[in-house]
Amino acid sequence: MAAVFEKPKSLTDAQLHYCPGCTHGIIHRLVAEAIDTLGIEGKTIGVAPVGCAVLAYNYFACDMVEAAHGRAPAVATGLKRSLPENIIFTYQGDGDLASIGMAETVHAATRGENITVIFVNNAIYGMTGGQMAPTSLPGQITQTSPYGRDVSTAGYPIRVCEMLSTLDGPEFIARVAVNNVKNVRSAKKIIQKAFENQVAGKGFSLVEVVSSCPTNWGMTPDRALQWVEEKMIPYYPLGIYKDRSAAGEGQK
Amino acid sequence: MAEKVLMKGNEAIAEAAIRAGCRHYFGYPITPQTEIAAYMAKRMPKIGGTFLQAESEISAINMVYGVAGTGKRVMTSSSSPGISLKQEGISYIAGADLPALIVNVQRGGPGLGGIQPSQSDYFQATKGGGHGDYRLIVLTPASVQEMADLTALAFDLSDKYRMPAMLLADGTMGQMMEPVELPAESGSTVAKPWAVTGTGLARRHNIINSLYLDPEELEKTNYERYERYAFIEEHEARWESYRMDDAEYCIVAFGIAARVAKNAISVLRAQGIKVGLIRPITVWPFPKKAIAEAAEQVSAFLSVELSMGQMIEDVRLAENCRRPVALCRRTGGMIPTPEQIIESVKRLKGGN
Repeated sequence: MAAVFEKPKSLTDAQLHYCPGCTHGIIHRLVAEAIDTLGIEGKTIGVAPVGCAVLAYNYFACDMVEAAHGRAPAVATGLKRSLPENIIFTYQGDGDLASIGMAETVHAATRGENITVIFVNNAIYGMTGGQMAPTSLPGQITQTSPYGRDVSTAGYPIRVCEMLSTLDGPEFIARVAVNNVKNVRSAKKIIQKAFENQVAGKGFSLVEVVSSCPTNWGMTPDRALQWVEEKMIPYYPLGIYKDRSAAGEGQK
Repeated sequence: MAEKVLMKGNEAIAEAAIRAGCRHYFGYPITPQTEIAAYMAKRMPKIGGTFLQAESEISAINMVYGVAGTGKRVMTSSSSPGISLKQEGISYIAGADLPALIVNVQRGGPGLGGIQPSQSDYFQATKGGGHGDYRLIVLTPASVQEMADLTALAFDLSDKYRMPAMLLADGTMGQMMEPVELPAESGSTVAKPWAVTGTGLARRHNIINSLYLDPEELEKTNYERYERYAFIEEHEARWESYRMDDAEYCIVAFGIAARVAKNAISVLRAQGIKVGLIRPITVWPFPKKAIAEAAEQVSAFLSVELSMGQMIEDVRLAENCRRPVALCRRTGGMIPTPEQIIESVKRLKGGN
């Protein structure tokens, strides 16, 4: 009998440590499916972040490097410059990519490093127990914004895709979500495109994945997905922000 | 014998690195080591290598970490304030057991300090620098020739022991010009089955990592690493003994301080004062045996340093309280004069 649904080959058999209802599992799967589909597992090297996905090096079956907090794009730059024929991706959260690693992110993008960046935005620091992230929404209650994010003292959330798409360097910048089946299907295509771009030598591709954190948001998984729809997506509109190779560059 | 060329110390490092098979350099501008980056920027594109001016020292060292993970020879260079910024990455490189070369052409500190030569990063280089239990192999050149030779050696030792090595130079070594015989072409001869190069679907995935959530496992890893360090301390200490045969006093100095000390020794010897020099070429591992043996022979030591006195602690540990150890120092970018060293040695003599 032919199997119609299998675990991607690019994932190991390790048991994931993520909380119930967390969307990292879905995003890992989408990345692994893209690698499988393109047949690049044997030459792919992933870079794991510091944050909830720190143990991603145990989950992806390709060679993996664990980076210091925020430094994944610099580490990926080293890997790609050393092994230009290999496929290099980073998998980073919002604190990692948009706070401590912002310089690494912007400069890898502006250099047009031919790497793929998967940016998981769940508007909170998960691993350390729910602190305010650079992408936490105005008024969002976290451990370090207990009265809600006050933009007069804590500033505004950073829209990474909008900001990076002002640069000439990147090839492809897009934002997707994984809060419902339709969005997951769209995310799958766009993540695959971000890898295809690298295979074709087109340059820096970043996919922001709007994600949920039921544990640290203090919500049920279902309610958290609704919150993505009602609060996150209006602030972080989905779409392709930059696609240098396609006609109509910059369209949403 | 190969032809000698007249080169600046910083350029000798760069050329020696290329000859040692290094094809990846990442840096960020800072005085007084910028000639290394400039040389690499000129040469690397011509030989299929990478020169990349990173957005920060932090990024540069993490790019080094990336290349080191692939098993290729890689380096960065900076000067004191920039080396402080690299400490996070150096700790990760040590924690992931990766070979790499970090060059520190020291300047005065702390803080922004100055741009004149210094040896005041001795503690940082030899005692850890970044967080956690780890060591670097630290080599201290005292001539442009050694800037070249020790660069090649640093790559070899780093590969052999799977740990980062540091070339601890100073502004004078970086800026001075001397004739140098450049080392022969070489490269890594060590197998690196741990490297990430893509599994090729032929092996289980390799992971470059320094995270151990299980404390017993982390402790075990640190113990194993320190067994390697103990072997290195036993076998890789290097030093020059200069006029020590009949010495009654021993100067300990490295880098530019050792060169000034040699001038002082000539003057003192002419006056009938028997003084010699132990010049550490590695400051980690520190040449403890040489100092301990000298303690059997001499009546006192003098540590000559371009700092407030940092290496003197290692001299004291090595001579093990058997003899007095005095300090002759300048700091902040100043260099001790031969006269100052002569005075210091005479004070030692008076004190005994």
